[in-house]
Amino acid sequence: MIDVIHAVPRTLAAKVWDDHLVVAGEDGTPDLIYIDLHLVHEVTSPQAFDGLRLAGRPVRRLDLTIATEDHNTPTVDIDKPIADLTSRTQIQTLRNNCAEFGVRLHSLGDIDQGIVHVVGPQLGLTMPGITVVCGDSHTSTHGAFGAMAFGIGTSEVEHVLATQTLPLIAFKTMAITVEGSLRPGVTAKDIILAVIAQIGTGGGQGYVLEFRGSAIRSLSMEGRMTVCNMSIEAGARAGMIAPDQVTYDYLFGRPHAPTGADWDAAVAYWDTLATDADAVFDAEVFLDANVLEPFVTWGTNPGQGVSLSDSVPDPALIIDPNERASAERALHYMDLTAGTPLKEIHVDAVFMGSCTNSRIEDLRLFASIIKGQKKADGVRVMVVPGSARVRIEAEAEGIDQIVKDFGAEWRFAGCSMCLGMNPDQLAPGERCASTSNRNFEGRQGKGGRTHLVSPLVAAATAIRGTLSSPWDLGLQTAGLGTDSNTAGGNA
Amino acid sequence: MDKISVVTGVAVPLKRANVDTDQIIPAVFLKRVTKTGFDDALFSAWRQDPDFVLNNPAFAGGRVLIAGPDFGTGSSREHAVWALRDYGFHAVLSPRFGDIFRGNSGKQGLVAGEISESDLVALWAAIDAQPGIEASVDLVAKTVTIGDFAVPFLIDDYTRWRLLEGLDDIGLTLRNEARITAFEEHREAWRPRTIPIQPVQPIQPIMINDGAGE
Ligand code: SF4
Repeated sequence: MIDVIHAVPRTLAAKVWDDHLVVAGEDGTPDLIYIDLHLVHEVTSPQAFDGLRLAGRPVRRLDLTIATEDHNTPTVDIDKPIADLTSRTQIQTLRNNCAEFGVRLHSLGDIDQGIVHVVGPQLGLTMPGITVVCGDSHTSTHGAFGAMAFGIGTSEVEHVLATQTLPLIAFKTMAITVEGSLRPGVTAKDIILAVIAQIGTGGGQGYVLEFRGSAIRSLSMEGRMTVCNMSIEAGARAGMIAPDQVTYDYLFGRPHAPTGADWDAAVAYWDTLATDADAVFDAEVFLDANVLEPFVTWGTNPGQGVSLSDSVPDPALIIDPNERASAERALHYMDLTAGTPLKEIHVDAVFMGSCTNSRIEDLRLFASIIKGQKKADGVRVMVVPGSARVRIEAEAEGIDQIVKDFGAEWRFAGCSMCLGMNPDQLAPGERCASTSNRNFEGRQGKGGRTHLVSPLVAAATAIRGTLSSPWDLGLQTAGLGTDSNTAGGNA
Repeated sequence: MDKISVVTGVAVPLKRANVDTDQIIPAVFLKRVTKTGFDDALFSAWRQDPDFVLNNPAFAGGRVLIAGPDFGTGSSREHAVWALRDYGFHAVLSPRFGDIFRGNSGKQGLVAGEISESDLVALWAAIDAQPGIEASVDLVAKTVTIGDFAVPFLIDDYTRWRLLEGLDDIGLTLRNEARITAFEEHREAWRPRTIPIQPVQPIQPIMINDGAGE
């Protein structure tokens, strides 16, 4: 018998890394890694372009670079000049830079404008086995396709524009295995909030997280993107999910997806990417999907979350003195009292949007709950699609009308109240149930209070005016959330 | 980045210690969108004072800054180096530097050389005797010379090599140009390309642009 020499078993992350190695580092010096796709937006790119200009360098690969306007764009009156001068300057600077260097740009008003992490996948540019960078921490979103995707700083943006590579030290790997089936009404957002609550906001530091297990496999691409999007909130460099038929179905036929023989070659390669059976991770975490409930944050970091059926935790019971102090400070900022059932907390606003939950399926989930209902009195509800194309698709399905009939605002695409760089902000003291990813102090507006939730919880909360699970609506809940649990594929 | 071996120009004495990056460039200037145009921002608070050294016509066109100890401490802002470079400084000498500032200097083509405190006093005295005199900072010999008075300065070998070769991080990576190109030649056809735009659905404006700045 011929001896078979087995290669060392490798993880998904290691395989993608190895296939992008331009120069292997020696004696602790970094590897030089090739970048397949560079996404650009107006906030972190100005000085990078200026650096190129100063050094007289061109953009090395215009065909691997794409820009969109998102952070500063208004979501109403988009045909009028942007009122805020800093915002207007940043957008105009991006337009000038893209024109000068020849970078493809999707401006406000263009059908492919939108949040950079919604635009990449929707165009079919994000695909398995590639490296993706962007001057934005939530670049981890693209890892849902089995890509190695991570955020970079402005000097690195310049480095990638000039060289299409980055000097990097390999990341460690952490397996996050989620087994079981989600109950109706429980979604991808609840999985990732529960993961972060379990490992903490620093738990993923230095790691690439690989999400695996039957509960992850059962998620649609949109759900997988929600999970990977928030990997960064656990401190991780990136999050990844091995590609499978769900990935291929989502990708097939999109504008930039490979076609014909290229598609077949790609799929043959993508099928080899899954982590080998004997591969060893640097760390492992397990989560039981069967017992998960809709989740909500009570504090001022994404790790401060509990099941919606719980009460606001008592800081006095926290043993770690730093955690305790942080919880006390959070409760003070959030104006909450330990022991209050979360479902008794009234909100002033509901924000449905952001690169975590603003894709068509998220909007469908939200609409499925509010359809035929009226929002609670005194609650401001804002629905912001992730991209112009998502907005158009939603309007074709009548979701805009459902939103308006409900009494909510239907807006144009952008980051919006996720970070309030545009006028969409909370007033001081206002409390918001938000489908975004960060509940930091002042994130959604100075003095604003954020509770991170899923689209289903956002919808139920908008109806009742208090933090609510779809289970509280007394509706027929069978089938709730199944969109996000089954193979989606709305390509 | 240009190769640097000798920097010669008007020497400016900054007779202050603990000049942190907030004093080099106040935070209010960080909103700008360029890497240049910070010359007016350099020491902007101090420049309100007519007696500040940069307002002395003798030191116009300053190129070599000779500063008190602990220069460039505080926040990591790269803007501090940009502002010095924009103003026209190519070298800063001080008995001690903030670590991040020193690192940023090397990356942006600003020579940051460490001199002894006694040499600092001697250099200041030489400038006081003849305001507007030029200094010559020799990166090869690692000396700074004013008139016929020369003192040594320290700079780490790696940074010195990069400055002599004119290599920033990007320049260093581009030394692997051949290997990057070779890698690109084997890049599979299925991998993403942003252009040409494949007109599956034509890209068409659905709204007019906001017309900002036009
Ligand atoms: S939606 Fe929020 S988190 Fe996502 S890119 Fe925009 S600002 Fe960042």
